[in-house]
Amino acid sequence: MALSLFNILIFPGFLFLGVYSLAFEYIDRIIYARMQNRQGPPWFQPLADFLKLVGKETIIPEDADKNIFKALPIFAMAAVTAAFLYVPITGVNSLFPFEGDLIVVLYLLTIPTLTFFLAGWMSSSLYSTIGAVRAMTQLFSYEVPLFMALLAPAILAGTWSLSGIAAYYHANPLWILVNIPAFLVAIVAIQGKLERLPFDMPEAETELCAGTFTEYSGRLLAIFRMAIDAELVVVAAIVAAVFFPIFVANAWLGFLIFVIKTLVVAFILAIFRSVMARIRIEQMVIFCWKYLTPVALLQIVINIVIKGVL
Amino acid sequence: MSKKVIVPIGPQHPALKEPACFSLTLEGEKVLSAVVGVGYNHRGLEKSCESRSYIQSLYIIERVCGICSHSHSTCFLQCAEELAGVEITRRAAYIRVLMGELERLHSHLLWLGVAAHLIGFDTLFCYAWRDRELVLDLLADLGGNRVNYGINTPGGVRRDVTPEQIQDILSTMDILDKQLAYYVELALGDTVLAARLANVGKLSKEECIHFGAVGPTARAAEVNYDIRKVGPTAAYAEIPFNVITDTHADVFGRTVVRVLEMVESVKMVRYAVANMPDGDILVKFPRKVPAGEVVSRYEAPRGEDVHYVKANGSEHPERVRVRAPSEANWHGMAHMIEGDYLADAPLIIAAIDPCYSCTDRAFVLNNNNTGEQQVFDWKQLRQYSIDFYKKEHGFDASKIKIAEKKHF
Repeated sequence: MALSLFNILIFPGFLFLGVYSLAFEYIDRIIYARMQNRQGPPWFQPLADFLKLVGKETIIPEDADKNIFKALPIFAMAAVTAAFLYVPITGVNSLFPFEGDLIVVLYLLTIPTLTFFLAGWMSSSLYSTIGAVRAMTQLFSYEVPLFMALLAPAILAGTWSLSGIAAYYHANPLWILVNIPAFLVAIVAIQGKLERLPFDMPEAETELCAGTFTEYSGRLLAIFRMAIDAELVVVAAIVAAVFFPIFVANAWLGFLIFVIKTLVVAFILAIFRSVMARIRIEQMVIFCWKYLTPVALLQIVINIVIKGVL
Repeated sequence: MSKKVIVPIGPQHPALKEPACFSLTLEGEKVLSAVVGVGYNHRGLEKSCESRSYIQSLYIIERVCGICSHSHSTCFLQCAEELAGVEITRRAAYIRVLMGELERLHSHLLWLGVAAHLIGFDTLFCYAWRDRELVLDLLADLGGNRVNYGINTPGGVRRDVTPEQIQDILSTMDILDKQLAYYVELALGDTVLAARLANVGKLSKEECIHFGAVGPTARAAEVNYDIRKVGPTAAYAEIPFNVITDTHADVFGRTVVRVLEMVESVKMVRYAVANMPDGDILVKFPRKVPAGEVVSRYEAPRGEDVHYVKANGSEHPERVRVRAPSEANWHGMAHMIEGDYLADAPLIIAAIDPCYSCTDRAFVLNNNNTGEQQVFDWKQLRQYSIDFYKKEHGFDASKIKIAEKKHF
């Protein structure tokens, strides 16, 4: 009981996720800055930003439903934190693995996007509403390829559990090479999920001010931003667990490997972000359904065939 | 979202660096109609020139635009020198061209950065502005300031160019050559960039002529019109260069034109420093300018800049009129935005490289039948605002005491 509570609240649960996501934001920002020939922020900048936002006044629009408006950031944060508990960190096994946790994690990760939509819609501001609609349109385009890209390795592994997938590919590392198309699809779709360039239309600053978050301020915005940072960590951890099957028995060493793997994912995501321009929402829908989804489908077919031959 | 909504872009908006208001009527993400609202930045510069001497007016005219300050001051001086019957030396003309082309480089690099930022390509934004710093350093070295160089003076230029400065210019141009080659490759070849820029903000050749578009906006639609070629002033007639035109007639074309123009500008800067004649840089300019009126044109980075000066024989100009290039480009703006996506609206607005405060003018409407002037004085304006708030917001502002304006 005490150990579970420690796991949930401190490591690898809430507190660790918070600290690690701030560190991740720093890594992301410094790589982005370096790619742009800029100095970049000091290491404590994400924390300073967070604390500053927490200290600011929170303004709630008159037309918004106050309770829902306040609850949405907490929902987003809670969903992300819950998802993190099912991702393998120190070893092959996550904290509470069960058959089907991959699906649960993917659905938990959809909740933040839904809260972004609701947040924009509830704000009753023009920019937020357009941002909300864009967030929803975007969800429909990247969600399917992302799910398929993560389910394809699961089909080959014959399990719906993240820990099971990790264990399978740890035992048969060469099979991971089959999943390279799925990995590429996942990396692209993740940019959509995290609303980063080139898919950051919901909060396209130069068009919609802050998009869905235009009316958010103070503590509520801080929690939202934290949830977005945490989502980045969780998604990177999932990609690391599914596509980089390197695990060791030693917990400390395992944790170190986890850090390295997630940093590699963060590096890829940051590079991706810095070499791209924002595309239009309808271009994204076309791109996702025309190119990403067929590739992901092909991967599933390949994996089913291989599974049948085996 | 099938309902029609009106989205205001501005007066305060992250995409706009100066206040202006564009009301876009949207259906979904498509813009059905657009209303361009400028007029938030009127500064009364033309009027204030009338009570100042020519040399004082020059420094006001230089501040018409923060980016193309040299273009405006050169254009104004061309009028003044024509009126006074003063011809500047060839060396001064070459220095003016040198500054003008460096200014074009810095202005186009600035635009490239802004456009990249508007489509979320912050890496290109940082690169372009980093290279712009090199040009700004040169300008600061040559003129003394980064943006309002103040090198022009009636009758020539204030500062000469030294051999060391020429060395600096040449070495900077070498760096810029490399960078520009990269931008050319990027502008012509990058798929994501092309996907965002192509077929956006179309303005065909006929429409350009109809709306009176100038500069890169018009040249992107095959309008082969460059004041440096059709009516060369200063030393432009002696310096070889190509007028860049493009067939795309959209934001992509405008990008290509600007990037290739920078390559031409680098060549012109090289030619200007290599062939700079010796001699004086300044001739005497009379205090009093004989009566007359002159219109002068100059190719600013944003397009054709037109100045009109009327002299009455005194120390002060009687009337100064500045037709900034942005003013000519505004007319086609609503047409360009309509039918495109909301996501492209800031980009289309930025694609003419607008300068809001250069553009804003005050107009007095004269009613020909009654002879009435439709212009508010201070009291009427206050009364209007009180009535407006009472009607629109149910808020009575008449009790609020404000300080009496003494100057009006």
